[in-house]
Amino acid sequence: MSKFNKKKKGLPAINTSSLPDIVFMLLFFFMVATTMRETSVMVAQTIPTATEIKKLQDKRLISYIYVGEAKDEAAYGKGDKIQLNDKISDIKEVRSFIFAAREGVNEDERDYMTTMIKADVKCSVGTINDIKKELRAINALKITYSARRGEVE
Amino acid sequence: MARETPEINAGSMADIAFLLLIFFLVTTTMDVDAGISRRLPEKQPIDAPPPPVIKQKNVFEVIINKNDDLLIEGEYKQVKDVRQLAIDFIDNGGSIGNPMLSLGETEGKPCEWCQGAKDPTSSDHPNKAIISLKTDRSTTYGTFIKVQNELGAAYTVLRNRLAEEEYGMLYTDIIAALEKDKGNESLKSKRNYIRERYPEIISESENQ
Repeated sequence: MSKFNKKKKGLPAINTSSLPDIVFMLLFFFMVATTMRETSVMVAQTIPTATEIKKLQDKRLISYIYVGEAKDEAAYGKGDKIQLNDKISDIKEVRSFIFAAREGVNEDERDYMTTMIKADVKCSVGTINDIKKELRAINALKITYSARRGEVE
Repeated sequence: MARETPEINAGSMADIAFLLLIFFLVTTTMDVDAGISRRLPEKQPIDAPPPPVIKQKNVFEVIINKNDDLLIEGEYKQVKDVRQLAIDFIDNGGSIGNPMLSLGETEGKPCEWCQGAKDPTSSDHPNKAIISLKTDRSTTYGTFIKVQNELGAAYTVLRNRLAEEEYGMLYTDIIAALEKDKGNESLKSKRNYIRERYPEIISESENQ
């Protein structure tokens, strides 16, 4: 019987020496699979869902225009607002925004540049049309209406 | 006797790694950019010649008014009806189309791959069929995207059908395969073949 009584009482400690390895593995996965958030969005964003969407590959070649109601209504007031980079801007600033984006891209890649319009479902098409008019005036013709994959109800 | 090096206490390593992990989780995004791609019409110079007259039968008019009501060719419709109506219109193939320059055609030919009703009052040919989407300033963007999605879906249905007939594989599968294998010339030529036969012609404008 003494054979079975040798075990000490109490639970043995769990070996945690491989825990750092596991966590580091997770860390590297996230570092590789994600990208840094560049701007904080200051407008309401409920992106519409659609089924006929196309993925855009190269983030460098995309300029983002956010449209929606300002989250900080006290500072910016009601109505659709356009956000370029990190601030809420006027429609007139779209041109210089696109020009600045073009500056940062190699000349031979400029034809592939896309403007992504990230607009809230509730905003009005008139605002989008104003942006399109500006983009057309400076020959930034490729646009994408941001949408998530999902069923359209 | 050699002095033993004391073991480094690695107990807090996990905590450090967790801290880093959480930092990356918070500051990064994983969303893939996706959406409905469209090309805006080119800016016309002031002295541009007037645009060619387009026959009414080759224009599929979709209007979304300020109350988000949908009017197709003058009739009230639901968003779910758009797809089939657009398919019928594009695929009608009632007459001859524009000559396809890449095939060296000098004059237009009838649409041999169309399976539509060949109604003389509807579109002549997929490459002449224009979808005109007119919106009001205060149309809701969500509705606009829904209709855009249905119009895009109409083209996808037709392209899939043609690709299935020609190559035994869906157009969407060709596109997906091409995304994985970018330089594949045979897939590219297949894609262009389909696109040329069902070109996406959607004009967006604001109701005055």
